Amino acid sequence: MLQEKGYYGQFGGAYIPEMLYPNIASLQQQYISIIEHADFQKEFEYLLKQYVGRPSPLYKAERLSEHFQTQIYLKREDLNHTGSHKINNTIGQILLAKQLGKAKIIAETGAGQHGVATATVCALMGMECIVYMGEVDIARQSPNVARMKLLGAKVVPATSGSRTLKDATNEAMRHWINHPDDTHYIIGSVVGPHPYPDMVARFQSVISAEIKTQLQSQVGREFPDYVLACVGGGSNAAGAFYHFLEDERVQLIGAEAAGLGVESGKSAATLALGTVGILHGSKTVLMQTTDGQVVEPHSISAGLDYPGIGPMHAHLADINRATFYPITDEEAMQAGWQLSRLEGIIPAIETAHALAILPKISFKKEDIVVINLSGRGDKDLDTYIRYFELI
Amino acid sequence: MRSVKQTTMQKRIQVAFEKNKKELLTIYYTAGFPNLNDTLTIAQTLESAGADLIEIGIPFSDPIADGEVIQQSNMVALQNGMSVSVLFEQLSQLRQHVSLPVLLMGYLNPILQYGIENFCKKASEIGIDGLIIPDLPLEEYEQHYKSIFEQYHLAHVFLITPFTSPERIAKIDELSEGFIYMVSSASITGKTQGISTEQKQYFERIANMPLKTPKQIGFGIYDRSSFQTACQYAQGAIIGSAFIKHLQANPSKTPLELLVTQFVKEIKA
Repeated sequence: MLQEKGYYGQFGGAYIPEMLYPNIASLQQQYISIIEHADFQKEFEYLLKQYVGRPSPLYKAERLSEHFQTQIYLKREDLNHTGSHKINNTIGQILLAKQLGKAKIIAETGAGQHGVATATVCALMGMECIVYMGEVDIARQSPNVARMKLLGAKVVPATSGSRTLKDATNEAMRHWINHPDDTHYIIGSVVGPHPYPDMVARFQSVISAEIKTQLQSQVGREFPDYVLACVGGGSNAAGAFYHFLEDERVQLIGAEAAGLGVESGKSAATLALGTVGILHGSKTVLMQTTDGQVVEPHSISAGLDYPGIGPMHAHLADINRATFYPITDEEAMQAGWQLSRLEGIIPAIETAHALAILPKISFKKEDIVVINLSGRGDKDLDTYIRYFELI
Repeated sequence: MRSVKQTTMQKRIQVAFEKNKKELLTIYYTAGFPNLNDTLTIAQTLESAGADLIEIGIPFSDPIADGEVIQQSNMVALQNGMSVSVLFEQLSQLRQHVSLPVLLMGYLNPILQYGIENFCKKASEIGIDGLIIPDLPLEEYEQHYKSIFEQYHLAHVFLITPFTSPERIAKIDELSEGFIYMVSSASITGKTQGISTEQKQYFERIANMPLKTPKQIGFGIYDRSSFQTACQYAQGAIIGSAFIKHLQANPSKTPLELLVTQFVKEIKA
């Protein structure tokens, strides 16, 4: 899928200021040889198994399947240590940072899941950690802020722009420009300059590798008919799609956050609303004015509240290899409620967007539908409480 | 055959950097700040006050190489209604009022949305001499942009930093037409900590390289003293954030022209 110089079709590349060139060039030159080294693989696999708790279960959701009259399997990334898929990438990148001889780590975070996963691996490896988080997100995801602090990370509020994920990413990049020699930037999604989109996708690809093995043993074939995942930047979707990208028997479906509705002016549905442009170091689809200013997005879920999308997904949409559905706040919240009641699983609101695709597709009874359950909903209790007036 | 226009334009930067000229002052400011229609007034005043080159920033919502001061001025300019088309409109009579070299600085996305070819054509028509696009890397420039910039006789100004390798600097020197923009330290814009021994060593290292292109030092140059220090190692220096801050503060409501003049005189006194 990835072509020369970090492009997926017309998307990708590394549009970075000269100040970041040495760091990005050294990553580009070294990431594959570091990741593919036997010692690296051994340590990565060991930590994923014994520290993260992989493989994550592939669970046949009987009541949900009954409700939608199809065969639904949930890939339980919510059961990973720290509660989401984000830890797969941070384990990989912290090992890489060690190889690169970096002592300090920075990260951006939206919902706080990537921030927590980064703070966790920094504690594990005894590295200094700074996490940039939009002021708005700090307010709506306070349990994760507390977790990061407990883990020893410094949480710095991003106060510019929309004060959400985009602005946290800007601040992290500025910090990296100011501290290029001793610091590694752990980007949490398949966004940013090459090699980040590919590197993060590789670390997350364990999700689809496991799905294949697990389907083989559970249903006797290693591919599903559908894979469903939510997409902000798109890291969990990239991981869930990865080993099926070339397998045309598998339909790849993504859920974007439509906020109050695609046409409401309060949305984060990048592929529905965006055009080709450059943000955070890569050419991709982004929500922008005709004059090239990035539009401030809206979503009830902090993790999807991003005006861009990873270049791989932009390409998959462009060549019609994957289909992306805009899902409103309301649809996502109802889907989260439904999974809680039918399966006893409270999903992250990001993840609930993927679940909300279910009523939009007419599946056959025998279709095997895998949904990447990317995160758990504990961090979103406040939002659930307010939305459904639970207390 | 080179057109008359091209010769004039290339000359403007070349003339500015003629070998005997020292202590060249380039002032950066954000188009549309503090008020939408200040753009041309500031350029004219900079010229009459004694600045040597002018760098006009095109505001962007996400300026990742810029510190708080320029971020803020970008935001205000956008709220004021600045855009690439408005800027070109404001500068349409530029060459009737300003004879100094003028460069446009901007992030790549707004330029791409305007259309790269259109952008270069328009810039060239109104008499812009060069472009500074921090997130357009050398490799992309060479492959996809160089021929267009050349077609419209726009000098592309590259940045180098303390971490840019000698091989890369040599390559940049070869591709450069106007001047090389030496970023004074590994940092975003707007630092005001003075110039360290480490930075001086870096300036010296570059000064001793046999480069064909003249150099200017920018980022972290904010007053007369840091300007003069920088000018010991390069033909000139660029001031941005400090100038913006000066325009912004203005507690006694000094008229814009006076404010601009004060600043330039202070640096060049």
